[in-house]
Amino acid sequence: MASPLAGVRAARHRLKETHPLSVLIAERLGLSVLLLWAVSVLIFAGVEALPGDFAETYLGQSATPQSIANIREDLGLDRPITTRYFEWLGGVVQGDFGNSWASGAPVTEQITKRLGNSLFLAFFAAAISVPLAVGLGMVAVHYRNRIPDRVINVVSLAAISLPEFFIGYILIVFFAVQMGIATFPSTVYDNMPWSERLAAIALPTATLVMVVLAHMMRMTRAAIISVMSSAYMETAELKGLGAFKAIVKHAAPNAIAPIVNVVALNLAYLVVGVVVVEVVFVYPGMGQYMVDAVTVRDMPVVQACGLIFAAVYILLNMAADIVAIVANPRLRHPR
Amino acid sequence: MTDPIKHFASRVTAHEMNRREFIGRSMAAGLTLAAATSLYGKSAMAQEPKRGGHLKLGLQGGSSTDVVDPAKSSSQFTFAMNRNWGDTLVESHPTSGLAVPSLAESWEPNADASVWTFKIRKGVEFHDGAELTIDDVVKTLNRHTDEKSESGALGVLGSIKGIENKGGDLVLTLSEGNADLPLLLSDYHLVIQPGGGYDNPNAGIGTGPFKIDNFEAGVRATFVKNENDWRTDRGFVDSVEMIVMNDATARMAALSSGQVHFINRVDPKTVGLLKRAPNVEIQTTSGRGHYVFIMHCNTAPFDNNDLRLALKYAMDRETMVEKILGGYGKVGNDFPINETYALFPEGIEQRAYDPDKAAFHFKKSGHDGSVLLRTSDVAFPGAVDAAVLYQETAKKAGIDIEIKREPGDGYWSNVWNVQPFSTSYWGGRPTQDQMYSTAYLSSADWNDTRFFNTDFDKILLEARAELDQAKRKEMYHDMALMVRDTGGLILPMFNDFVNATTTNVSGFVDDIGNDMSNGYVATRLWLNS
Repeated sequence: MASPLAGVRAARHRLKETHPLSVLIAERLGLSVLLLWAVSVLIFAGVEALPGDFAETYLGQSATPQSIANIREDLGLDRPITTRYFEWLGGVVQGDFGNSWASGAPVTEQITKRLGNSLFLAFFAAAISVPLAVGLGMVAVHYRNRIPDRVINVVSLAAISLPEFFIGYILIVFFAVQMGIATFPSTVYDNMPWSERLAAIALPTATLVMVVLAHMMRMTRAAIISVMSSAYMETAELKGLGAFKAIVKHAAPNAIAPIVNVVALNLAYLVVGVVVVEVVFVYPGMGQYMVDAVTVRDMPVVQACGLIFAAVYILLNMAADIVAIVANPRLRHPR
Repeated sequence: MTDPIKHFASRVTAHEMNRREFIGRSMAAGLTLAAATSLYGKSAMAQEPKRGGHLKLGLQGGSSTDVVDPAKSSSQFTFAMNRNWGDTLVESHPTSGLAVPSLAESWEPNADASVWTFKIRKGVEFHDGAELTIDDVVKTLNRHTDEKSESGALGVLGSIKGIENKGGDLVLTLSEGNADLPLLLSDYHLVIQPGGGYDNPNAGIGTGPFKIDNFEAGVRATFVKNENDWRTDRGFVDSVEMIVMNDATARMAALSSGQVHFINRVDPKTVGLLKRAPNVEIQTTSGRGHYVFIMHCNTAPFDNNDLRLALKYAMDRETMVEKILGGYGKVGNDFPINETYALFPEGIEQRAYDPDKAAFHFKKSGHDGSVLLRTSDVAFPGAVDAAVLYQETAKKAGIDIEIKREPGDGYWSNVWNVQPFSTSYWGGRPTQDQMYSTAYLSSADWNDTRFFNTDFDKILLEARAELDQAKRKEMYHDMALMVRDTGGLILPMFNDFVNATTTNVSGFVDDIGNDMSNGYVATRLWLNS
């Protein structure tokens, strides 16, 4: 029996045989869209469930019944929740995220700026912390249970054990207040010269590096050690390879999947989870932007931020899976 | 410098006290002749502002939801921004709080203070070069009061029924007489904009000493000097940069490292540490803002005046000022007015902590069991600590207070003005009339103590239209007593505004009007070096 559905299934199966990776990516992307839609429903419902609507919270203690009514009418807040949701969704499908209720400016325009700032900071923090963490992890394995390993472990664990705002304050006190060599506050703005921009983010980047370093370094160390105890590493040693070369050539590629996963999680954190660092260093990123919007229930902004954060997580996790599959032939051809 | 002497010095700087008076009063306050003479010299020299330079301010209270439109100003940040680029018709005097001319040159009420005529200043230019006309003024006031208004000043202007241009003068007709009308027009939302701001409320075109150069909501705002400013006694620096710094520690670090010249909202808990920095000067101003514990007079068990009195006597005000405000404040007396208001009612006995009286009234009220108090850290800084402190002092009077800590998010819509006993705060108002009308008149939207007293309402309305100051003062005395002895307000403390500057700036004026030198800080400071 050749029903159409079976035909599709067969085609899919054949595609999977010939282009396993493309099929996987297409499937994941399809699922992501579904996930993003679910996220938007959750956020919308969540903000609705919060006490007080935009008109009340925006006017705060200076609200009068008339001004509240005027704002509600202006924004159409008095209409049913489903109408408002589908109206918003209709806009998004056409690429229009709407205007911020508070400022009246297009959300896309504001978010581009803030997201740019967040990515700028995250990029430099990642560019320093990822190679550093992986490198230190390898060094730690090489000197396992000896002094360098211990020092790396203790220092990185101490850094992760301190809350990030505390690391931030310590850096500010020493480098900005006492020595006066670092730029503080780290406010960046339009048309800021590139060199000043880099100087401004020095302290927040250092803070973020310290916060994410230990996690990635320890995972690198643990993954390599587990690979090291396998039989093929013994063979490598027996055939006369030097210890460091054996780690780089044989252990690292096999240990890559768990490391890449941890790296992806930390990268996502660097983009979406650094609101505390933003506040301490007065850095205008996405985190503070979303918190401000939630405080006054500015729905279009909250939604857009939520979707971007979700998309960052989904994409980075997908990238991690793809890297793991590419690095490991066994995953590439599942039986 | 001790408080009174500092106050005298700032009055010298503001041209309000001559040498003889200053030295006499400073010596009376404990200064030697030599010290007083030298201080006078310094303060008088401070009259000569230096011009030029780039002034940087690190301010709490900005958010990415801020807008330039003055009608929608609600944060400390936009409040200070409005003062930079715009002017109101009337300003309030920094030390007396009385109405002084700004864009309105002079004004005149009719006999019952229900119709007011304002002369508008001539020859004032907007930033775009257009001249200020009566039309702009009328349209601005219309925009804040029309039926579509979303303005924060809508409540203040509720009694204005007619806004007209009569032969080039502004004529305001009120639904009932109001002797304080000019001061209402000093509200920071009421910035005069070209065409009333109907076309583009966010343009930021005004008549103020600085033009907006760049504004990124929740990040920073920059300004350049308005070379065509109609006043020469303000706006001394070439450019101003205001940076949003919502973290108290970040503000302190930025100030003590000299990255900014001024910060607001210094935390009373850490002000002692900041004082130790050699390049920093703390600027405290007695304010009208107050922290309150409010009971609904119409809700059981608080509908019993003996219980309300018991709870008032159970409050240890001195300790509150010392512990919660770090000493930067004054004790309150359960009515929302302090001596910074014109026509302050003198001679009302200060209510003190008295566990015996509290116990007596508590027993008389017949109330059994505990009293539930709701609080949150957003009610005022240290509100939860204050509630715990209050719980302890009440315990000594045999009153059991149960504290319920509410989430900060949504506190203003779910707890304040909803629940029968909670903590809250009030900023000051320009006049006694406005303070009482906002929160103690039976029909007020914000009657957050549910204080319904027809005698009180009657006197309030009479006093509003009374142009005889002595009679008016007498009426305010009676009203204060009613609120103090029968109201639902427990007012333990008036909080000072605590700001800080670096030592290389001068010109900070202790302005009782509001925080940050009533928002005028950037227009008043100048750089010394």
